[in-house]
Amino acid sequence: MEIHYLTAHQLKDMLEKRQISCTEIVKSVYLRIEEVGDRLNSYVRLEKESALSRAGEVDKLISAGSDIEDFMGIPIAVKDNICTKNITTTCASRILENYIPIYNATVIDRLESRNYILTGKANMDEFAMGSSNENSYFGAVKNPWDTDRVPGGSSGGPAACVAAGEAVCSLGSDTGGSIRQPASLCGVVGFKPTYGMVSRYGLVAFASSLDQIGPLTRDVEDCAAMLNIICGYDRKDSTSINVEVPDYKSFLKADIKGMKIGVPKELMVEGIDREVKEAVYRTIKLAEDMGCIVEEISLPSLEYALSVYYIIASSEASSNLSRFDGVRYGYRNMEARTLREMYRRSRAEGFGDEVKRRIMIGTYCLSAGYYDAYYEKAQRVRTLIMGDFKKAFEKFDILISPTSPTTAFKIGEKMKDPLTMYLSDICTIPVNLAGLPAISIPAGLSGSKLPIGLQIIGNVLREDNVLKAAYSLEKAIGFTGKPGL
Amino acid sequence: MKNQYEQVIGLETHVELYTNTKMFCGCRLSFGEEKNIYTCPVCLGHPGSLPVINKKAIEYAAKIALALNCKIKKYTIFHRKNYFYPDMPKNYQISQYDLPLGVGGWLDVDMGSYIRRVRITRVHMEEDTGKLLHKGTTGRISESEASIVDFNRAGTPLIEVVTEPDIRSPEEAKEYMIVLRNLILFLDVSNCSMEEGSLRCDANVSVRKAGEDKIGTKTEIKNLNSFKFLQKGLGYEAKRQIEVLEAGGKVIQQTRHYDSKTGTTKTLRSKEEAHDYRYFPEPDLVPIYIEDKMIEDIRKTIPELPYVKAKRFEKQYGLPKYDSNFLANNKDLADYFEQCCRRYNNAKNIANWIMGDFSALINKEKMTIKDSRITPENLCKMLEIIDKGKINSKIAKAVFEEMFNTGGDPQKIIEDGGLEQISDEGLLEAVIEEVIKENPGVVEQFKEGKNKAVGFLIGRVMAKTKGKANPRIVNNIITKKLS
Amino acid sequence: MESISKDNVKHIAELAELEFSEKDIEKITSQIERILDHVANVSSVNTEGILPTSHVLNIKNVFREDMAEESVTQESALKNAPDEANDGFKVPKID
Repeated sequence: MEIHYLTAHQLKDMLEKRQISCTEIVKSVYLRIEEVGDRLNSYVRLEKESALSRAGEVDKLISAGSDIEDFMGIPIAVKDNICTKNITTTCASRILENYIPIYNATVIDRLESRNYILTGKANMDEFAMGSSNENSYFGAVKNPWDTDRVPGGSSGGPAACVAAGEAVCSLGSDTGGSIRQPASLCGVVGFKPTYGMVSRYGLVAFASSLDQIGPLTRDVEDCAAMLNIICGYDRKDSTSINVEVPDYKSFLKADIKGMKIGVPKELMVEGIDREVKEAVYRTIKLAEDMGCIVEEISLPSLEYALSVYYIIASSEASSNLSRFDGVRYGYRNMEARTLREMYRRSRAEGFGDEVKRRIMIGTYCLSAGYYDAYYEKAQRVRTLIMGDFKKAFEKFDILISPTSPTTAFKIGEKMKDPLTMYLSDICTIPVNLAGLPAISIPAGLSGSKLPIGLQIIGNVLREDNVLKAAYSLEKAIGFTGKPGL
Repeated sequence: MKNQYEQVIGLETHVELYTNTKMFCGCRLSFGEEKNIYTCPVCLGHPGSLPVINKKAIEYAAKIALALNCKIKKYTIFHRKNYFYPDMPKNYQISQYDLPLGVGGWLDVDMGSYIRRVRITRVHMEEDTGKLLHKGTTGRISESEASIVDFNRAGTPLIEVVTEPDIRSPEEAKEYMIVLRNLILFLDVSNCSMEEGSLRCDANVSVRKAGEDKIGTKTEIKNLNSFKFLQKGLGYEAKRQIEVLEAGGKVIQQTRHYDSKTGTTKTLRSKEEAHDYRYFPEPDLVPIYIEDKMIEDIRKTIPELPYVKAKRFEKQYGLPKYDSNFLANNKDLADYFEQCCRRYNNAKNIANWIMGDFSALINKEKMTIKDSRITPENLCKMLEIIDKGKINSKIAKAVFEEMFNTGGDPQKIIEDGGLEQISDEGLLEAVIEEVIKENPGVVEQFKEGKNKAVGFLIGRVMAKTKGKANPRIVNNIITKKLS
Repeated sequence: MESISKDNVKHIAELAELEFSEKDIEKITSQIERILDHVANVSSVNTEGILPTSHVLNIKNVFREDMAEESVTQESALKNAPDEANDGFKVPKID
């Protein structure tokens, strides 16, 4: 069994049994990175030296008799929009190419206290805006299952790392599906927690009311273990929920008999690939065989979710990205002779096209005369969408749908028309608008050997239901595929 | 020409609160030291940083709003005000828009012959910007080649108080600012210093023909950074606008800066752009629901306000308006005064001494009445002694100064100095006889009808008795003897 | 079709402190038009009596005590500054 394809819980077991050392694990992962790195481009920056040095320290701790807790000594990739102190954090943008954070994101502090090993900063769509990881200043990331295809986005790097064995697991961020959709396209597990369960302090903001950090892992068990570490109240984040964090691993039970499962009609529309739909139907059958009750349900306002999302996300982003002006950090056009010249040139030269597009759209939606019709209107429709979900969860424990309408598409295929790209997110977007927890698990392979993802959505703070269902279905589906890389 | 017009003024005042820490992060507030030493990822606007509301700032803001008779909104939120400027760490300011903390208040400004009630439209909270220093020979933006930004001040809690355009003259504007400033000082929530920049004022000015209802086109006047400049700037702007209208032109809506060197207002930009701030609710902060209990708790911490106290002094102690205002507008003096009134019942007497000799001495020493060595007990004792006729007013002044310098008991000072007034008629007669004998010429003058002569003779008696003679008795005896 | 003039786009770019070449203005105008045209479908939704959601959470009154915390050093503050002078962030002539 290749070490770089083991799960964190398997590696923990081996560490406990002294069958392997942390240094061996890290070396093995880096060997794999060297082997496939050029073909995938999943990393913006590697931290090999410090990783090996940390591994040595962890090995010392272990031989000194330290308890081995989850993720101790485990190589983890971190999406490059999560601030790591003293380690360049670029958001895959020219405008932050040389930005060195002066502080750690809260999630990083938590992982550090568990002695994790940072492999490096994972590539992504610039400022988390994209669904294919083709919008990176550092070049596109390739899908390990077929390097002519996209890994999904914006957490394309984190997903590819896990799928290809370049990291045991990774941290990504999800605003409209950015963890789940690439997880789906790369055949790995990706989880977006309830909005507010994971601190956003240190996550470079894209859309403040939608962003959440979450894990990408090889299986649901690793995912639950990671949630135990990163979830929880942070007083530095005013939108952080102050509730007791359960032991998410306690929900890893294979029995979901009696669970009521809803299938939103609006998320099984014509645009969904036939093979993808079939995978979902196969899973429904498995669930029913396990004693679940599965029914179709309509959430009519979901039809407008894409529009609501693009208005709200772009508006919030246009404001969040105003701070990138070349004054205090980041790229500055040094030839500019006046302030306004400096602002405009730095931002025009520092941001990629998709980012500029969204800033323009967002600025428009917030501007005088348009605010009511666009931003505020979208906020009202958002209330309707939340209402539809609330009603659905009165009847059902979880909802399932495809994660992505298609399997991985070819590089360049959707770059001509931004709108086509946006449609990749129709299944995942509504979840962020309502702040719900959701997971994507591999549900099978298509005829062309490309992963298909299944999305499981829970009610607010009902990670328990999501994990229970995910764990059970994962066992039932029995997906073991690996990219041929 | 001017009399046909009236000036319509609204004021926007910014007050820097002196909480321990900034509005949205735990950095201390700075007091003009080295640049960029009180900053953190939040107030530097670093990527990934998030704001957290300072509870004390909300309390102080509510205090101000309540003191201004505002209605506190039960549900209030922050908005983002988006615009780019180098002193802005995020290029948006976290401020309040359509759900401010306090609305619908007023402040009465006593102009002497009338009272101007200035309605307060709103009181809201926001964060301050950093400071810009302009490199170049004159330090002015237009003449600099570069600027330096210091973010120590960025994030300091600010309260904005906006009035309706109820003010009708530069004098009223100045009085309003003085009353507002005193009020806020009373609440102990800010240094309120225009020199230090913890009190800032912008004005919206227009003119119209007297009697008209419609408000004319207004200009915004900035850089009015002292009470004097405020008055001058508004006076100039009224004149300027009237001249424009009289010449048949229209007042252009624009922002103008007051230039203290020339005493005029000027536009900085040739093209005036209306700002589109694209306000939207701040997604990184959650709403504030203010409970009644919180409002009551804050209300309890507000000390008796100056104008309320002044009215009370007039009623309770029978003091004239001038005295009441004088004392009520200084919390320390007012407290001292009332402490004295508990032990001694001639309030006017106490007031006179505090407003007169006492104030003169403490001002000279640049101290507060609290710091002085004269206790209320001792001042009252001295006043009782004077009432009993044991010392005259001249000696009293000397005793008072001695008390001020040494903090001593007045009775003891009088005894030690042998300063008791001489009222013994027998003793005084003897001295008076001496004086009359020594000054025959003056006596002659008096007999010829020059009454001033008496004063001279009294003076001689005072000199001989080292000022201790009872002047009334001396006067009586001399007058009797000479007539 | 939601139609936006080039002047409107230029104005939006000014508000956002972005600049586009003449060639790119055409391209971005048509892209923005297309996207806005699509998202404008929200206008057809009946939202009478529905309040806008600014926060998905039911959280309120999140405050911190007015207690000082350590600031970063001046060195840290200026660490990423593209241009600095006299312990401050230097910017070109303000226009």
